[in-house]
Amino acid sequence: MGKTLFEKIWAKHMVRELSDGLSLLYIDRHLVHEVTSPQAFDGLRLAGRKIRVPELAFATMDHNVPTTEDRLDIKDPISRNQVEALKKNCEDFGVKLFGLGDEHQGIVHVIGPELGITLPGLTIVCGDSHTSTHGAFGALAFGIGTSEVEHVLVTQTLVQQKPRTYKVEFTGRLAPHVFSKDMVLKLIGTIGTAGGAGHVFEYCGEAVRSLSMEARMSICNMSIEAGARAGMIAPDDTTLDYITRQERLYAPKREELERARAYWQTLPSDGDAEFDQTLTIDAGSIVPQVTWGTNPEMVMDIDQPVPAPDSATGYSRTDVENALAYMGLEPGVKLTDVDVEVVFIGSCTNSRIEDLRRAAAILDGRKKADHVQLLVVPGSHQVRLQAEAEGLDWIFKAAGAEWRYAGCSMCLGMNPDQLLPQQRCASTSNRNFEGRQGKGGRTHLVNPEMAAAAAVAGKFVDIRKWPDI
Amino acid sequence: MKPFTTHTGIVATLNRANVDTDAIIPKQFLKSIKRTGYGPNAFFDWRYTPDGDPEMSFELNQPRFEGRSILVTRNNFGCGSSREHAVWALVQDGYRVIIAPRKEAGDQRLPAFADIFRINATKNGLLVVEFSENEVNAIFNLVNTHTGLQAAVDLEKQQVEFQGALPTIYHFDIEPRTKEQLIKGLDDIEQTLLYEADITRFEEEYDLFTL
Ligand code: SF4
Repeated sequence: MGKTLFEKIWAKHMVRELSDGLSLLYIDRHLVHEVTSPQAFDGLRLAGRKIRVPELAFATMDHNVPTTEDRLDIKDPISRNQVEALKKNCEDFGVKLFGLGDEHQGIVHVIGPELGITLPGLTIVCGDSHTSTHGAFGALAFGIGTSEVEHVLVTQTLVQQKPRTYKVEFTGRLAPHVFSKDMVLKLIGTIGTAGGAGHVFEYCGEAVRSLSMEARMSICNMSIEAGARAGMIAPDDTTLDYITRQERLYAPKREELERARAYWQTLPSDGDAEFDQTLTIDAGSIVPQVTWGTNPEMVMDIDQPVPAPDSATGYSRTDVENALAYMGLEPGVKLTDVDVEVVFIGSCTNSRIEDLRRAAAILDGRKKADHVQLLVVPGSHQVRLQAEAEGLDWIFKAAGAEWRYAGCSMCLGMNPDQLLPQQRCASTSNRNFEGRQGKGGRTHLVNPEMAAAAAVAGKFVDIRKWPDI
Repeated sequence: MKPFTTHTGIVATLNRANVDTDAIIPKQFLKSIKRTGYGPNAFFDWRYTPDGDPEMSFELNQPRFEGRSILVTRNNFGCGSSREHAVWALVQDGYRVIIAPRKEAGDQRLPAFADIFRINATKNGLLVVEFSENEVNAIFNLVNTHTGLQAAVDLEKQQVEFQGALPTIYHFDIEPRTKEQLIKGLDDIEQTLLYEADITRFEEEYDLFTL
C-alpha cells in the first residue's frame, strides 16, 4: 500500500519507536517567539543545559511589539521585559534572532517561509498553535507547549503519538471574491472546532492545487481551529516557484536545490495511499463566510441570518445563548445590517502581500466610513516593504487606514492594539474567542476583501455584490 | 514534576463546551517570563467584574465550590492557543484533575480535550480524565444535587469515586506511558536523554534533502 505525504515525513524523522505507539521524532526547524519561550530558556539555565543544535532554532519578536512608528520604544514595561528576555536568551544560547527593527522581523509564521526556513519535507515546530501554517509547503509543522519547547532545545526531538490522517478534498474552483480563508472556515463550520482532533489534515483537490502559496498558508494556518494539530499540502510547481522566485536566505541553492527538488518530488501522497478519514467539499459552492459567535465553528454564509438558540444544530442552547449575548446579536438578523466599528487586516492568516493587494483593490479610490477605525498591519517587515514598493500603502492611507509596522497586533492585542469592550470588529485573523482582540471585544472573522469592504460600508458586506451594495 | 497517585477533593462544574485557552488565561498575563503567579488569573474575564471583584454569576465563584480541586466541564476543553500558561494557571489555582466528556456525533468521535492542552497537562502533573457524555451528565447531576460533593481519584486503579448519597465509581482509560509518567513524576527531558546515542546516530546518517 502507498504512503501519504504525512507518513513519508513521519518515517523519515523517526529516531526510534518508544512504547505505547509513541515515537521519538527528529525536529528540523524550531521557531521561537518571545511569549512561549522564556520559561523554556530558564529551564535550560536551571539544569545547566545547552541547546543541542542552536543553528536549527530561529527567533523573532511578534506578539508584544507595538506596530506604530515609535515601536522600538516599548512603553509597556512588562512587554519590554519579555522582548528583552528573548534578546538575552538568544545571545546567551546562540540562537539567530530577527529582532525588532531587523529587516526580516515579523510574525513568526510569515517570516519562516519568506526566509526559506520553511521547506517541504521538514518537521517544524514552534511554541504556537498556528505553526500549522508551514504545512502549506508539504512540511509536518505543529504547535507545542513551553515544556516541549525546552525538550526540543535540549534534545532536538519530540516524543509524539502518531496522529491519524484526514484527507480534505476541495473539488471544483472558487467563485470570485471567495478566498482560501472561506474554504477553511467552511471546513471548520462543517466538522467543528474539535472535528480534526488527533488528526493531520492533507488538503488536496483542484481548488487547493490552483491556490497560491499565500492562500495555501491561510488554509493550513486555521487547521488548528478545526482541532487538527497540522494541515499539509503536497509540494508542487507552485511551491518550488515560491522557494526559488527570490533570494531566500536559508533555502537550498544550486546543487543542493537540485537534490532537494528530486526529493520533494517523491513527497506527495501515493495514489493508493489510504487515509483514516476523508471529506470532500465542493469549493465551487462556497460563499464568503462570516463568524457570528465566539468560536470559529460558529460561522455562516454571509447571506444567512444569525441562528436562534433552538435552531442551531450541534450546540447546546446555553452555548448559543452565551455566544449571542456576548456578541450583542439577536437571532434572525443579517450581518449585512450590522455596523462595524473596527476593521483589522492582518495576522498570520491574512497579512501576506497577496492579502494586502486584494484588500487594496477594494479600497482603491474609496474611503472608509467615518465611524470605522481601519488598521492594516503587514505580517512582516518584508511584506511592508513590498507593499510600499507597489504603492499599496498610499491606497490604504488615502482610504483613511492606519498603515502599521509588522506584528501580531490586534489578532490578540498583547500590544496596545486592542478592541474596547463591545466594539465590533471585522477581522482577517483566525480566532473570535471571547476577549481575544480585547476584553469584551466582538470579533467576526472574514476574508481580506470582506474586511476592506466592511470598512468602506461601515457594516458587513456581501462582497459578491461589490461595489453595488 | 509532582507525582500524581491519588487525590481527593471537592468537585466543581463549568458547564461550557469548547473552553479555549484564551478564556483560561487571557493574553495580558502571558507577558510574564516566570512559570508562577498565574493562579489568581485563571478564567480572569469570567471570574472578575471590571472593578476586580468576584463575578458572582460565574459558576466557579459559587461558595459551594470553595476549595475545589476537581473540575468537571464539557468537551474540547483547552482548545485554541498552545499556551502552557493555561495549564500553569489551572494547577496554580488548585486544580489537580479535569474531567470532560468525549462526544460521539454521528460517526465522528470528538475528544474531551484539545491535543496540545492534553500534552501540556501531563507535563505539569495535571490529570485529564475523559468519560462518556452520559457519565459526565450524571456527574453534573450529582454535583448539582450534593453541595460540597467530593471525589476520590485513584490513578493506579484508573477510577474516580464520587462520594454522594451512594458512592458512584467510574473507570477511565489512560495511556500506560502517560500513567507511569504521572505516577512517578518523571521528567520528560531526562527520559529522552536516555536515548541520546540514538539521536546522535540519527544525526550522523541524516540528510535533509534525501529520503
Ligand atoms: S498573528 Fe495571531 S494567531 Fe498568528 S501568531 Fe500572532 S497572535 Fe498568533
